[in-house]
Amino acid sequence: MQRYSIFSLLKGALSGHQDWEPAWRAPEPKSSYDIVIVGGGGHGLATAYYLARNHGISNIAVLERGWIGGGNTGRNTTIVRSNYLLPENQRFYEHSLKLWEGLSRDLNYNVMFSPRGVINVFHTDAQRDYWVRRHNGMRYAGIDAELLTRADLTRLVPALNLSPDLRHPIVGGVMQPRGGVARHDAVAWGYARAADALGVDIIQDCEVTGIDMQGGRVTGLQTSRGPIGAGRIGLAVAGHSSQLAQMAGIRLPIETHLLTATVSEPVKPFIDTVVSIAATHAYISQTDKGEVLIGGSLDGYNSWSQRGSPARLEDILSAASEYFPRISRLRQLRHWAGVMDMSMDGSPIIAKLPVDGLAMTGGWCYGGFKATPASGWCLAWTLANDAPHELNAPFSLERFRTGAMLNENGAGPVAAAH
Amino acid sequence: MLLIPCPFCGARDETEFVYGGDAGVERPRNPETTTDEAWTDYLCFRDNPQGMHRELWFHRDGCQRWITIERDTRTHELGAVRLSRS
Repeated sequence: MQRYSIFSLLKGALSGHQDWEPAWRAPEPKSSYDIVIVGGGGHGLATAYYLARNHGISNIAVLERGWIGGGNTGRNTTIVRSNYLLPENQRFYEHSLKLWEGLSRDLNYNVMFSPRGVINVFHTDAQRDYWVRRHNGMRYAGIDAELLTRADLTRLVPALNLSPDLRHPIVGGVMQPRGGVARHDAVAWGYARAADALGVDIIQDCEVTGIDMQGGRVTGLQTSRGPIGAGRIGLAVAGHSSQLAQMAGIRLPIETHLLTATVSEPVKPFIDTVVSIAATHAYISQTDKGEVLIGGSLDGYNSWSQRGSPARLEDILSAASEYFPRISRLRQLRHWAGVMDMSMDGSPIIAKLPVDGLAMTGGWCYGGFKATPASGWCLAWTLANDAPHELNAPFSLERFRTGAMLNENGAGPVAAAH
Repeated sequence: MLLIPCPFCGARDETEFVYGGDAGVERPRNPETTTDEAWTDYLCFRDNPQGMHRELWFHRDGCQRWITIERDTRTHELGAVRLSRS
């Protein structure tokens, strides 16, 4: 692997940037691998990378139906945080945040992780109680968390509308200072390059059409580029988890839903944190290019269409412009919807499945981006050891049968409620 | 935006409706005698098909009746629409 540094950049400049090596190879698939990862998004590529780096297994392929990072990795709102209430989630997401903090150095690739602070504002005493409890829980677990007054908010987010005349005036907020954003595409590219350097074959334009099994154990996959043998298989396919599991005869507690996000034309920097509005569930940040990036809630019904409803878009934009009035006349460059693998308790599944040699990471419920490093780290452990790590043991498939659900919202088993 | 043809009220925006999920899920008739396995399947596990999906919608801002529609989850094309049995 050609290492990136100030010196390689200077050398590249001298030759007019004509001599850069491709960041990863484009190999033909071999007839079989020790482990095959299905899904070349952040989670799948991270899994391959940690398998090679932490567990010394390099006879691995990552199969991607389209191009790497072309799914939800390139279609999210790039927020990274570990502000959870349940201890299982705290431990997992805090592990992820710690991996984020060293990721650019680890991968020798700038993922532009920017710990600019994630702020949640609230509007009522009841919401204050909830958010303070959640952030006290974080402090108890050793995770950074702060309570913000209206004066703090004026200082940290000058553009925020703190007027008492709003329909839902803001009474205060909480903040995780170490949270922030990262460059989503760079995460896929960085993991791909680092995994490739350790011998992983990244095979794009390769759709999986079947999973071969013999005696209750996986033996390989049928793909659009021919059959590929596999000792073990890891699924990291986000909204398509149900379809891939179905190929092995497994039903999952997952529904696939739409989540709309939108991005405006670029303007000068005026928001340097991530702000999430509790009243309306809109979350807003500004990209390094200056675009205002806004995400919201689910459309609320099963769909793979990847196009959100205009009604939901209106909800998100009216909420955002209520609390940031200066964006009200910004033109929206584009809006899109991702396919969200919504689990029935709102928490992910990173676990062995009831077929030998098969494991998955999925059920990410539109919170998958921040989990990318730890999801890959845990799935790699699970595939290498044929058993879950203690960090992902609570995220089993069995929990839906045993009742040990991880329900951060305390909502019922309805996918769209999380 | 879905335009849902309600049998009573005609074609109305999705925002008038509440989604009720997969219409094929049936609550076990005798919870006392149902196995944990069957109860969990009813509560949590879904086919989640990519393609035609038979699903429930409640017309909250209209006739307040439950209807069952078929909808392609890839294209949002609608198939048969009928009143759900009560």
